[in-house]
Amino acid sequence: MVAVNHGHPMTSDVVSLDRVDEIRGLTLDGDVVRIGGAATWTLIADEPVRSTVPALAQAARTVGSPQIRNAGTIGGNIATASPAGDSLGVLAALDATVEVRSASRTRLMAIPDVIIGPKVTSLEADELIVAVHVPVVRGWQSYAKVGVRNAMVIATVGVATVVNEEARSVSFGLTSVGPTPLRCPDAEVAACEAFWTLDGTPRTPTARDIGHIAELVMEGAQPIDDHRSSVEYRRHSVGVLAARHLRTAARTLREQ
Amino acid sequence: MRKPYQLHVNGQTLDVLDPVPGESLMTVLRERLGLRGTKTACSEGECGSCSVLVDGELMCSCLVMAAAVTDRAITTVEGLGDDGISDIQRAFVECGAVQCGFCTPGLIVAAHALLDRHPDATTDTVREELAGNLCRCTGYGRIIDAIHSVAIARRGGRP
Repeated sequence: MVAVNHGHPMTSDVVSLDRVDEIRGLTLDGDVVRIGGAATWTLIADEPVRSTVPALAQAARTVGSPQIRNAGTIGGNIATASPAGDSLGVLAALDATVEVRSASRTRLMAIPDVIIGPKVTSLEADELIVAVHVPVVRGWQSYAKVGVRNAMVIATVGVATVVNEEARSVSFGLTSVGPTPLRCPDAEVAACEAFWTLDGTPRTPTARDIGHIAELVMEGAQPIDDHRSSVEYRRHSVGVLAARHLRTAARTLREQ
Repeated sequence: MRKPYQLHVNGQTLDVLDPVPGESLMTVLRERLGLRGTKTACSEGECGSCSVLVDGELMCSCLVMAAAVTDRAITTVEGLGDDGISDIQRAFVECGAVQCGFCTPGLIVAAHALLDRHPDATTDTVREELAGNLCRCTGYGRIIDAIHSVAIARRGGRP
């Protein structure tokens, strides 16, 4: 729409999906939330996502403004594949599955299989994102974002952290510090060892553990210099947000 | 294909003749239907000057394809208030919330949506809900005052 407003006329026919209710809503089905590809951020920022997948609701609330959140959709975020897409780090950290459909087939795809480069996806021209399947994880999770102001801002850096008590795993999903949303395998192994002993007993990570894990998250980032920020600032911010998440997660889980 | 269609705006059904494929609701409201209260500024969803309600939801009309909302109820700034001027519009005038006035129609529409959703909005909520409407003159203080004064009046004077 923005391109049309700026004088690029539509060159082909357009099909509006506004009235396809099947892809606009969301349903909670046991331990998975099925979010329609055309579900808006306003819908995702509210219940039941807020209490079942809080990191995703937090990411939704940081998108644009009320006007943008009433129009923008999670399917649009995925298909745009911007390195700064607010939901993408969260979906990567949660191992969400994208349900892609064409007239002839349905594919269930992991986020890294859909988003293969900056603004590049592996979707075919005849395919549509009909839903995103997001697991409901017991434990702690959050999304934090750095931008130049509070509102209407594109992420300079975004970090999603998920502590999964059932699987005894920790995952990080980074936004705006790489060509695609990034996971941090080394940091995730270290975090797992910091939150549980080898026999699976929960423990509380020490300050030293958290410092070490944050370093590994910083190493996992692949930031670039651009008009929005610098390599140094982005790498530093990733470490700050990851450490903050780990401290809050450790405190919250200990107090439970 | 340039097939005419109809839009439901402010309770009326209006014909959009000879449309251009893909043009925005903002363009259609202003240039084809003559409803120039909706303002054009950034044309990319950043500034909120073109805010309208689509089935009661606040949207930037520059980001809505007009032909996609033929079955929705569209409310522009001209359609707010039962007879001419709404309580929010009056409050903007009384509180001095208008300077150059270019952002005002969008802010008025956004304020209606805000108080419909959050009749007891705190200042933080007002600020968060108005995040999509830029004003370069006022510094927002009197806009927030105006919205609080309407909220209080609608509660029968209870602060």
